[in-house]
Parts: sequence; structure tokens; C-alpha cells
Amino acid sequence: MNFEFSDDQKLLKEQARGFLASKCSAKEVRRILDGNEPYHPELWKGVAEMGWLGASIPEEYGGLGLGYLELCVIAEELGRAVAPIPFSSTVYLFAEAVLIAGTEEQKQKYLPKVSEGAIIGALALSEGAGAVTPKTIKTSVAGGRLTGVKLPVTDGDVADYAVVAARTGAGNDEGSISLFIVDMKAGGVTAEAVDTVDPTRSHAKVSFDGAGAEPLGAAGQGWAILDKVFDRAAVLYAFEQVGGSQAALEMARDYAMGRYAFGRPIASFQAIKHKLADMYVATELARSNSYYGAWALSTDAPELAIAAATARVSATEAYHECSKENIQVHGGMGFTWEFDCHLHYRRSKVLSLVLGSLPRWKDRLISRLEERNAA
Amino acid sequence: MDFNDTPQEADFRAQARAWIAANRPTDWQNKTGRDVDGIAMSKAWQKKKYDAGWACIHWPQEYGGRGATPIERVIWSQEEGELGQLGGVFIIGQGMCAPTIMAHGSEAAKQRHVPKIASGEEIWCQLFSEPGSGSDLAGLRTRAEKQGDEWVINGQKIWTSGAHYADFGIVITRTDPTVPKHKGLTMFYLDMRSPGVTVKPIKQVSGRSDFNEVYFADVRIPDSQRLGAVGDGWKVSLTTLMNERLAVGGGFPTNFEEMFELTKVIEGEDGPAIEDQSVREKLADWYIRAAGLRNTQNRMMSALSRGQAPGPEASISKLVLGINRQNMASTMLDIQDTYGVISQKDLAVNGGQFHEIFFRAVAHRIEGGTDEILRNIIAERVLGLPGDIRVDKDLPFNNIPTGAN
Ligand SMILES: Cc1cc2nc3c(=O)[nH]c(=O)nc-3n(C[C@H](O)[C@H](O)[C@H](O)COP(=O)(O)OP(=O)(O)OC[C@H]3O[C@@H](n4cnc5c(N)ncnc54)[C@H](O)[C@@H]3O)c2cc1C
Repeated sequence: MNFEFSDDQKLLKEQARGFLASKCSAKEVRRILDGNEPYHPELWKGVAEMGWLGASIPEEYGGLGLGYLELCVIAEELGRAVAPIPFSSTVYLFAEAVLIAGTEEQKQKYLPKVSEGAIIGALALSEGAGAVTPKTIKTSVAGGRLTGVKLPVTDGDVADYAVVAARTGAGNDEGSISLFIVDMKAGGVTAEAVDTVDPTRSHAKVSFDGAGAEPLGAAGQGWAILDKVFDRAAVLYAFEQVGGSQAALEMARDYAMGRYAFGRPIASFQAIKHKLADMYVATELARSNSYYGAWALSTDAPELAIAAATARVSATEAYHECSKENIQVHGGMGFTWEFDCHLHYRRSKVLSLVLGSLPRWKDRLISRLEERNAA
Repeated sequence: MDFNDTPQEADFRAQARAWIAANRPTDWQNKTGRDVDGIAMSKAWQKKKYDAGWACIHWPQEYGGRGATPIERVIWSQEEGELGQLGGVFIIGQGMCAPTIMAHGSEAAKQRHVPKIASGEEIWCQLFSEPGSGSDLAGLRTRAEKQGDEWVINGQKIWTSGAHYADFGIVITRTDPTVPKHKGLTMFYLDMRSPGVTVKPIKQVSGRSDFNEVYFADVRIPDSQRLGAVGDGWKVSLTTLMNERLAVGGGFPTNFEEMFELTKVIEGEDGPAIEDQSVREKLADWYIRAAGLRNTQNRMMSALSRGQAPGPEASISKLVLGINRQNMASTMLDIQDTYGVISQKDLAVNGGQFHEIFFRAVAHRIEGGTDEILRNIIAERVLGLPGDIRVDKDLPFNNIPTGAN
């Protein structure tokens, strides 16, 4: 047994951290938060040049073909840096959907472009408040033309291509949903940015009015494909969340050491020490569960379904805990726009929602344990 | 990253599995191993393992082990599985006392006792806590005075697990009350049947009596039973405490599977409890912690196998398990609704397993360092935060103020 990243992978992590420290400081994240740009174009370009977009894409499709463990390492650092780029939409969602369900031709067409950083991808699923189920999907396809409104679509305003879930069957069940790839810059698509809890990650309302739609995977298989995409993405997002938790914990620790009250550093008060200890414990458990998820992902193990949900739930909880308690440790300073605490508070909430909420993942985890025990 | 056994690990696992299958005791269920009536069975299983070279496998060969690697130790305990519970009475001797003796005892003491601890012939206890000093262990008052070649011990210990059936114990005493509290301590070991030792069981919250008060009245022991130098007892006790956190933290199951199965069987308002959304969310929370501990342990083992020492990170395990088990047991009784009050084994759900955990978890959060002390350790030793302010640190022990308790 060896339950650790290899020396090469650790080296990659150090490189990624160094790169992001110089190119993605809090000041740069704030440029996107305060400005009107949907994402950080120079950082996006830099990340493409580093080869990160194609880290897990096979060489035959223009990627580096390193593997998922490497992608996990990169994800953790992106999360730590609160990187304001459409990385997850493009890599974890769009590229993975194409890898899982695309024809050879589709893979040849899209994946090299993802690797180069030539296109941004997105996944368009939600159509309103509440859980996303086959029933809630009203967007439909007729005669190869897609019509409907998706809201919110992460990176929908900047995406060149999106994977869109649409109704193709009459029923309300999973078999009535299929996936399509839509050229977002072609006719019949309008996207307008919407305000969200985390302006460093762009979200849009996307209207399709007879847009061209290219089937992705077999008809009626949409939900089954999404399930697989979500499992893989859950592990990758979990690493972003662990990176964010760790950063928030360190931020809180450093502040507590330097801030004095009653003649002592606040870090010497037990209530603060114990809070930090709890943040540490939550982060470590999430990290361990994410490692397990990474292993399951990289080996495509049958345990992936359970491991992914486990990583997702614990990393979501850890990031929530660390990002909110980091503000508490900072006192009034923590509630100011000037201090960086809210970058994590915002990102933590967005990450906990983009792939489906915490209660839904908890339910998913238990359903899968039920299935496993029944088998 | 790889969860599969290496060829050597697989080989070791196969050997362990085969031996256990051929030698395992039958009819051991329902005996916790901590019950006095279970002791004979525990001892028999331990001796059998010892004779075949499967006891305390990570200890050096010369003291009864086989110098196994940390990974092999984990593999062994995975294979031993629930049977490992039979070793409950040996946890203190094997988990805490023997490592302390191996680190600080004389060669003669090691040769004489450590193999017998491994084989289960000797049960040991740990005489540390006192009525006035638990978390603040260095505040203890039991005195040891040198008279010729002997030491004379007077005072009282409390919460001593297993003292009523232990053969020997390690005991920490004050040998100089005029110096600051951490400097005047000395550690010994003694025969629990020495004249002057009185053991009085204490009835616990659970109704059981696993721990005791122990009184020392002019108990005489030879200087050769000293562990470490005179005045060095604090350092010696740190060896014990570090090992305690490892031993106590890892020794408890999470019981997730039993709980999970039970929620399928017990009816809620609309069908089995597991169909209730709030129950599912709680189950998920417990599962991620149980999995998190298991995976954290795997990470720790990987680090150990590469030669790194176990650090204060090991404190996570006991902290999380204790809290988790307590909340989980409470919810499992809630799920039974009114019926949850019944703990009588023949009537209670799951033979009263969750009632037992409901009470046992209370102790889990106290013994071997309370939740609060463990959080201090994580904050100070892992995160590097400042230590608590200690007003008594530099005072001579006999000038330290004490409270009513
Ligand atoms: C089942 C069981 C078995 C045991 N077995 C043994 C044994 O075999 N041998 C042995 O020597 N002892 C044994 N103990 C004793 C155990 O080690 C002590 O109970 C424990 O260390 C706590 O000490 P205390 O009971 O004196 O509580 P106290 O130290 O009085 O603590 C009371 C409360 O104050 C808190 N507190 C104390 N100091 C601090 C601080 N610095 N910061 C914040 N909070 C603090 C504690 O967390 C706790 O909540 C056992 C205890 C139990 C419950």
C-alpha cells in the first residue's frame, strides 16, 4: 500500500503553487472581483502554457496524458489560489463529458482545443431553483435544434462550447434526457452574465432559440453520462475545496498569531486555538477522503461512486467550516471588503453548489452505500 | 498512489489469514475481553498468538515481537478483525507500559517483563491520575521517598483501569516537592500485590466497574524498579502518553456498518428510518468521518513506512471517534423512539450495542486526554500556536495554589 502522492507529483504541486503565487495573487483575484472581466485572461493563457488544461487528456488528443492524480494536484493549488478562470467548467465538466461519451471524431475535434486553451467549455444543466432532476429539464431538441433557457450556467457567458442536457423523450424519467454539444458563438444562443455570490467565477443565463445541437452520446443516455461526469468532477472539485480550506486555515492562523488583545496574541486564547484545531481536523479528514477519491478516479475503481461522494461531502463541509471561521477569527476586519477572507467564503459557497448541493450529495452517498450493501 | 498490497504484503497477509483461520477461538462473541470472565479466553488467545509469533508483531524479536513493519501491523489487525477486541485487557500493558519500559527500563526489566506482556501472562495497569491531577498530570501528589536501596510510596491514584486484575503497574510519583512541578517527578513500576497496595473498584456511569481507586500505604519497592532517572519522570511519562494516544485512538471501531443496517430495519414515520432525509444526512456525516479516519490512518501508515515518526497528528483519531460515537449512539436511540430507553440485552435493539456505546463514548472523550487537551495538542504542536499560560510553571510545587476539588 502507498497512500501518498509520488515525488514527481509533489514536485508538480510545488511548481503549481509557485506559478500561482506569482500569477494569481489575491490582488489579481480582486482585479476580477472588482472589475468587469468575467475571468483572468492572462492567467488562463499561462495555465494553458503550463499544460494544465491537458494534464489528464490523453496524448492522442493533444493532452499531456499525465493522469488524474496530476490533475488533482493542480486542482488543489487552483483552489488554494481561488483562481478566477473557467478551469473546472472546461476541464472537469466539458472535457470529461466529451472523453466519456464523445465519438472519436468529437474527441479529435474538441479535446486538442481544450488542451491548447483555444476554447472554453461549460455544462448547462440547471433551469431554476431546487434540485436538478430529469423532471425539471424543459429545454428540448426538435429537428436538431435546441430551445430553452438554462440558468445558471457556470462560465456560460464566456464558453465557446457547452454540453447541454435536453429533453428528447416524452417521459419524466432519466431516459428522456440526452446531451448535446452546442456552439455557443453560433446563431440562436444568447448569454447574459448574472450576479452571483462569487463574481470571480462567471455565471450566465443562457437562452437557446433553435440553436444547432450536436448529440453527445446515445439518445436517452444523458443522465447516465452526467452521473459519470459528476463522480469524476466531484473528486476534482474536492481537491479545490481542500486547497481552499487549507488556505483559509493558514490565513486564520497567521492572523491570530499577529493580532493582540488583552495583552496577548489572540492565538493564545483557547477558544481560538480550539477553533483552529477543529478547522485542521476537518481539513485533514477531507484531504484523506479526497486522496481516496483520487486513487479511485485514477484507477477507475468500482469504488469511485462512493469515494467521490465521500470526498465531495467532506470537502464541502471542511471548506464551509474553514472559510466561515476564518472570518470569525479576523473579527471586524474579516467582514471588510479589503481583507481577503471573503474570497474564500464566496468560493466555498459556489463550489458547494455548482455540482449540486450538500444535502443532495449526502443523499447520493447513502444511496450508493445502500446499493453496495444490497449487492 | 496504490491500495493494493505489494507482493511481500500480500504474502504476509496470506500467512496471517491462514494462521488465524486455523487457530481462531470459537464462541468468543459477547465476551468483551474486558470482563473478568473473558480474561481467561483473552489470555488463551494471546498466548496462542505469542507462541506462533503473532503477538505484538511490531516489537523487536528479542522482546517477543517479530520486528514487523507498520504496514504489516495494520495488515495483521485487519485480518484479526473483531477478534482483536479480545485483546482489550492488554491494551494498557502492550500499548503504553511496554513501550515505556522498552524506552526507559533497565535491560533486566525489559527481559523479565516485556515478553510476558506480549504473551498475555502479565496484565499491567497505568497508575498516573490522581484525585487532584488528571489533565494536569504533573500536579500529582503521591510521594516516593528513598530509604536505602528502596523507595517508599504513599498516596492515592484514581481511575486506574484494570487495577483489580492487573499484575503490575507503572506509577508516577513526586520525589521532590521543592522544585517546579515537572522537575520533581520519578517513574517506577511495581507488583500490584505488594504489601500496602489497596484497590477499590469505582462504579461508573455505565454501571460497570472497569476502573479503581488505588491506595499506597508505605509500599516498598527496590530502586531497580525505577524507570528513567530520579526527577526525570515527566519525560518518561511523555513516552507513555504519546503511545496512549496511538493505542486508545486506534482501538475503537466506528460501528458505522451496524448503524447503517439498523436504520434499514427500524421503522420511521414513513417506512424505514433510512428513508428519512434527516437520518440520511446524519448517516452521511458519520460515514465521511469514519472514512476520513480510515484514510487518514492509511496516509499515516504510508508516512511511517517511509521512515517518518508518528506525530501529534495521531490525536485526530481519538478526538473525532469519541465525539462521533457519542452523537451516533444518541441518534441511534432516538431512532428507536420510546423503545430506545430499553437497554436490557435480551430486549434491546442490537443486543444493547448502542446503549453501551452511548455510555462508553462518554469515557472515550475523557480517558487518554480529554477533547480539550487533544485540541490543545493539535493547536500547539501541529499548528504551532502559543501554549496556554501556566501560572504554576516556575513555582516550587509546594507553593502552587490548589482548589476545592
Ligand atoms: C474510562 C477511563 C479510564 C481511565 N483509565 C485510566 C488509567 O488506567 N490510568 C490513569 O492513570 N488514568 C486513567 N483515567 C483517567 C484519565 O486520564 C483522566 O480522567 C483524564 O486525564 C482527565 O482528568 P480528570 O478526570 O482529572 O479531569 P480534569 O483534568 O479535572 O478535567 C475536567 C475538565 O476540565 C478540562 N480541562 C482540564 N485542563 C484543561 C486545560 N488546560 N484546558 C482546557 N480544559 C481543561 C477537561 O478537558 C475536562 O473537561 C481514565 C479515565 C477514564 C474516563
